[in-house]
Amino acid sequence: MSFASRSKMKKVTPVQRDYQLLAQSIEPTRPIARNCMRAFIAGGAICFVGEALMKVFQRYFGFTEQTAGNPTVAVLILLSVILTAFGVYDKIAQWAGAGSAVPVTGFANSLCSAAIEHKSEGLVLGTGGNMFKLAGSVIVFGTVSAFAVGIVHWIIGIKG
Amino acid sequence: MLQGHQSWQFENKPVIISASSVVGPDESEGPLAEEFDIGHGDLMIGQKSWEQAEKKLLEDAATHAIERANLTKEQIQFYIGGDLMNQTISNGFAARTLGIPYLGVFGACSTSMESLALAAHIVNAGSAKYVMAGTCSHNCTSEKQFRYPTEYGSQKPPTAQYTVTGAGVAIVAPQGEGPVVTRATIGRVVDMGITDPFNMGAAMAPAAVETIGAHFRDFCITPGYYDLIVTGDLGQVGYDIANALFEKHRFPIGETEYKDCGLMIYDRTKQTFVNSGGSGCACSATVTYGHLLKQLKRGALNRILVVATGALFSPLSFQQGESIPCIAHAVAIENGGGST
Repeated sequence: MSFASRSKMKKVTPVQRDYQLLAQSIEPTRPIARNCMRAFIAGGAICFVGEALMKVFQRYFGFTEQTAGNPTVAVLILLSVILTAFGVYDKIAQWAGAGSAVPVTGFANSLCSAAIEHKSEGLVLGTGGNMFKLAGSVIVFGTVSAFAVGIVHWIIGIKG
Repeated sequence: MLQGHQSWQFENKPVIISASSVVGPDESEGPLAEEFDIGHGDLMIGQKSWEQAEKKLLEDAATHAIERANLTKEQIQFYIGGDLMNQTISNGFAARTLGIPYLGVFGACSTSMESLALAAHIVNAGSAKYVMAGTCSHNCTSEKQFRYPTEYGSQKPPTAQYTVTGAGVAIVAPQGEGPVVTRATIGRVVDMGITDPFNMGAAMAPAAVETIGAHFRDFCITPGYYDLIVTGDLGQVGYDIANALFEKHRFPIGETEYKDCGLMIYDRTKQTFVNSGGSGCACSATVTYGHLLKQLKRGALNRILVVATGALFSPLSFQQGESIPCIAHAVAIENGGGST
């Protein structure tokens, strides 16, 4: 991360460059291999819970394979929000990294944490105005990329 | 009196007659827990918001310091303080409660020594009898303003630091019992082009080294003059880099003991969530006013140089791709009148 953000620097004086090389040789780097392993385990575990819930909804509640996704996501969101509210999710995330950020639980956590954080500024301008502070960009770029993919699909569809 | 290019020699020997430190739950579990005057077990401190809690920490520290000096708040002529919040609200609101004529300063985490240097200067010049200097920070208000919501699950890199929850206040007077403020060096802004707000130690270390170098140049003394040189909140990363810079510039730091408040306040082996160490205005303030002044009183130390380091950036500036400008201010505190 530090490397990526530093390479954005347009003008670096020779003194600054020397210093940054010195600093980089001393700074501990992110343990990427360990982070990948943990992300795999944690992300996999969350998906495993999701898969188990799908089967439960199909077997005992009469959902089909297509419709069982909706209640599964709802339960995962609920779990994530409860864990966030009790102050546990951020501690899991420090261990799990991307493993807890990527699944739907991470999205719920970003909404819930922002809502809790800004509660003190009131319901409308605080919670309402800031809830999508982090999740907003996911929604914006999700919609934009869906639109782009849709256009491509439409063009290919015409030709095909 | 001006000494050299950027330093003050306080020939009238202003005295720190009273000091106080208040901390939150994580600091109360650290190795210096016994040294702090008040330790809170709860981050909210019975308030409705974290911002109010931060203000309360400062009010408590101020009230405690004033009581300990056997003064009333009406006797304090000026209060100089600052904090990390936008528009330094914690100090503004605390000054409203205290009703003391107030000068707000901002030096990010270097505010502790910036305010103490100014307080000593005012007293030294004979412009006041009692001047109070103080600062505060709160882990959650800093997370909220500078990083992500506190409960948001983002993984912190090993270079990240943990903002200290606490407040430190000192009262300076022309005479009385206590250690003496003998010198101060005002730092210049140093920017080595670091842009990562999760790597404050690397950003601030050059500023600390610059100010320490200027201090010894201006006063024509060597590090061996002090029993201890302590930086504000460089953490392990910044501390290691500062040591490497001392070596590179052939600065004889080995003549004295060199420590960092950010490494002293937490036990990094047990409190692993602090990563590289402590940071925030309260880091150097609580360690200096809580631990180090007591060490001077006990006679374990006689002459110390506190170099508080600060990063002068905002969430907006780093999102716009600006690098992090940093500053450090040094204040020398000595036992028994010091030397002139």
